[in-house]
Amino acid sequence: MQEDPSVPRDEATFTVKAGLAEMLKGGVIMDVVTPEQARLAEDAGAAAVMALERVPADIRRDGGVARMSDPAMIRGIQEAVTIPVMAKARIGHFAEAQVLEALEVDYVDESEVLTPADEANHIDKWAFKVPFVCGATNLGEALRRIGEGAAMIRSKGEAGTGDIVEAVRHLRMIRAEIRRLGTLDDGELATAGKELGAPAHLVRQVASEGRLPVVLFCAGGIATPADAALVMQLGAEGVFVGSGIFKSEDPERRARAIVEATTHFRDPARVAAASTGLGQPMLSLETSKLETEQLLAPRGW
Amino acid sequence: MGSEPKVGPRVGVLALQGDFEAHAKLLESLGAHPSEVRVPGDLERLDALVIPGGESTVMTLGVEREGLAEPLRALAARGTPVLGTCAGLILLDRDHLGVLDVRAERNAFGRQLKSFEADLELQGVEGGPVHAVFIRAPWVAEYGSEVEVLARLDDHPVAVRQGNVIAVAFHPELAGERRVHRLLLARNGRG
Repeated sequence: MQEDPSVPRDEATFTVKAGLAEMLKGGVIMDVVTPEQARLAEDAGAAAVMALERVPADIRRDGGVARMSDPAMIRGIQEAVTIPVMAKARIGHFAEAQVLEALEVDYVDESEVLTPADEANHIDKWAFKVPFVCGATNLGEALRRIGEGAAMIRSKGEAGTGDIVEAVRHLRMIRAEIRRLGTLDDGELATAGKELGAPAHLVRQVASEGRLPVVLFCAGGIATPADAALVMQLGAEGVFVGSGIFKSEDPERRARAIVEATTHFRDPARVAAASTGLGQPMLSLETSKLETEQLLAPRGW
Repeated sequence: MGSEPKVGPRVGVLALQGDFEAHAKLLESLGAHPSEVRVPGDLERLDALVIPGGESTVMTLGVEREGLAEPLRALAARGTPVLGTCAGLILLDRDHLGVLDVRAERNAFGRQLKSFEADLELQGVEGGPVHAVFIRAPWVAEYGSEVEVLARLDDHPVAVRQGNVIAVAFHPELAGERRVHRLLLARNGRG
């Protein structure tokens, strides 16, 4: 293909980066570890796949340092599907992100599910052409990531548990803090920005628009169609499902059901129909029974 | 009818997945009344329809699951103005709903790193080039004689019209570009 030189193109603008997240809205992004799983996810209606070597439930079980996936595995998944392919880099590990950009993944997830590589700094995401999604547990964290160049935010939840409680906590926190900003005057906003530890211009933007400047998805603990409907009603604009699909008894049916519930999240009859006869969900862990060092959400800041 | 308050056109936006909210917002700014379409009943009494951007595979599965294919074809066949953007262009093509006599090629410009913004002359739109955002965009690989090409890029049509249906490979709704949607609303009520 010849690029027509008479029409100048701006690539990798923030509009283009955040724009892909707009296209994913109302959709389900599924963790996959093989090309076969990727194809199954695409056929079941995944809006994108996250290519990784181990789903969070297995990372949690195996312990040790969790790193970026083998490029061969990511390429295999890129070749298997036509939908966007995302992949994870460790927090602060910009060289892993450079590798993922060289592989031409469609989105990089700077993820607390992997073992952090830098305890002080996240990746400078403005330095990349590839867009980034980052996790957040509250509004300040979300705006810090956007300030660093993230083009999409996901609430963190607690990955690999199948327990929705942390995802709900984080979404409600982000939503409540956005609402609160809307009630403040300019002087109070400056103080709020300081308290949130967030860039002042982003704080003012959120206060005036009543929403994050980028698309907000929910991740970490979604295991059922009703979980998806819950977080969508709490303001998520789409969902990531990690271990919840391929660690369940019937991944194909569950994948389709979560897609259906994400589209019809306001229609309880449709969520009920989607929830019917799916077999066993993933083996789940109650987050409140985990030891502090087993928690992933506090990674990053 | 005369007793009803004067309202703008009712424009359905297919809301199975994708950037339907961006379209709704833009339509509202033009005085139209957008509504979300997820099931066949949502198509009743619409003056126009938008099929937004998103993942065409997801929307295709959704159209099948909801039984929307026939009602969507019927709506277009009745002459209701329809606008498809990006995935919307793909859904309207020969291999999907078959409303447009074109074959769209998915991800024709490449992966996300090849996504871009550009200014394009669009036939039928006055006031200078439109600002177009191409995201993992398709183009038209083949088209029939009834299809009017409104814009080309890299030797392939990226904006087409066939009767009451307009489809573009890019996203005017992400760039605050309102003139493409004005074309849709202008066709409302025209023979």
